[in-house]
Amino acid sequence: MQATRFPARAEGLADRMTGFVAHLRMNGLKLGPQETSDALAVLAEVEATDPDQARQALKVLLVPDAEGWRNFDALFDAYWFNAGRTRQRSTSAHVRTQSARPQLWQAHLGGDAGGAEGEGETAPGSGEGAAEGIDGRLIATRTQNLRKRDLRELMDEESRRAAERAARDLARAIRDRRSRRRRQALRGSQLDLRRILRASLARGGEPLDLHRRTRPERPMRIVALCDVSGSMTVYARVFLAFIKGLVDADTTADAYLFHTRLLRVTPALRDRDSLRAAGRLSLMAEGFGGGTDIGASLAAFADAYAARALSRRTVVIVLSDGYCTGTPEALAAALARIRRRARRIVWLNPLLGWTGYAPVAAAMAAALPHLDAHLPANTIDALAALETEFARL
Amino acid sequence: MTTAPQTELKRALAAAGYVADDTLAMALHLAVTLGRPLLLEGPAGVGKTEIAKALAEVRQARLIRLQCYEGLDASHAIYEWNYQRQLLAIRADGAREETLFSDRFLLRRPLLEAITQAEPPVLLIDEIDRADEEFEAYLLEILSEFQITIPELGTITATTRPLVILTANGTRDLSDALRRRCLYAYVDYPDRDTELAILARRGPALEARLARQIVGVVQALRREELEKKPGIAEMLDWAAALSGLGINDLTEDRAALQATLVCLLKTAADRDAAPPELLDRIIGKVA
Repeated sequence: MQATRFPARAEGLADRMTGFVAHLRMNGLKLGPQETSDALAVLAEVEATDPDQARQALKVLLVPDAEGWRNFDALFDAYWFNAGRTRQRSTSAHVRTQSARPQLWQAHLGGDAGGAEGEGETAPGSGEGAAEGIDGRLIATRTQNLRKRDLRELMDEESRRAAERAARDLARAIRDRRSRRRRQALRGSQLDLRRILRASLARGGEPLDLHRRTRPERPMRIVALCDVSGSMTVYARVFLAFIKGLVDADTTADAYLFHTRLLRVTPALRDRDSLRAAGRLSLMAEGFGGGTDIGASLAAFADAYAARALSRRTVVIVLSDGYCTGTPEALAAALARIRRRARRIVWLNPLLGWTGYAPVAAAMAAALPHLDAHLPANTIDALAALETEFARL
Repeated sequence: MTTAPQTELKRALAAAGYVADDTLAMALHLAVTLGRPLLLEGPAGVGKTEIAKALAEVRQARLIRLQCYEGLDASHAIYEWNYQRQLLAIRADGAREETLFSDRFLLRRPLLEAITQAEPPVLLIDEIDRADEEFEAYLLEILSEFQITIPELGTITATTRPLVILTANGTRDLSDALRRRCLYAYVDYPDRDTELAILARRGPALEARLARQIVGVVQALRREELEKKPGIAEMLDWAAALSGLGINDLTEDRAALQATLVCLLKTAADRDAAPPELLDRIIGKVA
């Protein structure tokens, strides 16, 4: 995280507060002009010269959700105390990357930051000075960047399209499950005569309340967890296109990448520009192509995301070859935890398409009892063939 | 250090049995002074609902609670006509239409109730994320205008502005529109000192050493990989169970202790995840 001198031209509190709100906005909080005036009003309610009080009051007012709640203190320090100066060196690596960033990114990050003059001004500094941003601005990275690989080099247009198409068909096959039973609803195609009659008794036999019934939609939700470790590199192109297809076809789908750590990539994948999405991914996928710890990654998923991401109507898709540096027990335990919350776990294994492959790797053997299906996925054709398998699940 | 404006509120809350940290007290203070709704998020069992109760007690206001659920609609949340009584009235004395749609036959549900009080009440809208999106959108109007339109009666404007507290557990994402209208506070599990203070205030009278052990064990359990981490209510239950069994020292009676764990661990998987050895280790550390 990186910050910033005050704008020399700042005049008084209102100006600085505008800058602060803009600074928060750049770091992903959705705030409007109304919030700026609210913030000034709030400061009148507390002792504005006491930083603790000001911090608490502004936090309560400006933060909209749990993620913002965690980040706010750092953002506050960065803006009001120029704390970016004293922050750890890891930031400088990021700044270097920014300067080395391909042209493609500039447009994307500029759009993300929401500032018109945003990127043009980000003069990358050097050494200690690198922590300093531009006038009153802060550039924060959401993730550290240790190692990167540009996934775009792995993507050619044609196979990407094919993988996305396969994923879309698959998503549709899973999703479209309409119930045959009807249940009561406020709006519905059918009148629920039994309930109308029953309710009319209380109204002296007049059918005043018209109850309705409808066929509830019971879409299955897809959560995809994709292994991007070294052993999976050759498949990464296809698999990433595949999960992008899944996410595109279904607004509720959720996607994660893992190697030794787990990362939620759904927002990046939602980017309509596929190449740009790949670019965003490669920035996020630090350590891409490194080792794998499937058990720990899945446990991290169960800890941080499972409560929200999983329900009894969720199909969890794991894309991995099952080569794991963690213990098989940890993997089995993590899968068992996910299994309890989700409807099904499907493991797509590129190695399974090979003739003569048997899941003898300890990790895979430990995982098998927790899987509903263990299916091959080594080619795009294999992915496309999954549709019928999923329709059966 | 100037005295913070929320200090007094904090003290009052403590007297009502609720130990709040500075930021939460500030959130409540601002919600009171600005008259804005306050959205509280956090894991289950950290006392979000308790905050509303304590606040109602501090302000000596009525607490009106609306528990949200899937399918909650206007007739359950706002108002409904009492059809049965209307019918009876027609049958009994041939009531005219004007009298049929009058206050007499109006069933006030929590939201209407809340804006028609003489004294400003505390309105708790519990687990708003369980309600449907339609209801959330409906709520926006009520929360910003504090008025409710009943077609047969006209618009009822709030006589007093209730203090609105919303809680959410993260069952689904709330809309940005709702978040923007609310002040926000994230309530997390308390730290050790805060939890000790809570136990001292809310729990049975315990020896200081046992209280420290209890809080230590619960805090250590929260760091373990559990499906359902023990909340404050569970901790208080456990303390009550221990004091009921006359256990004065966790290191003494392991068998009884293992039996009391039903207060803390609420799923079969968690009971398996916290075997006696783990418990021994934790107790060894805190004893």
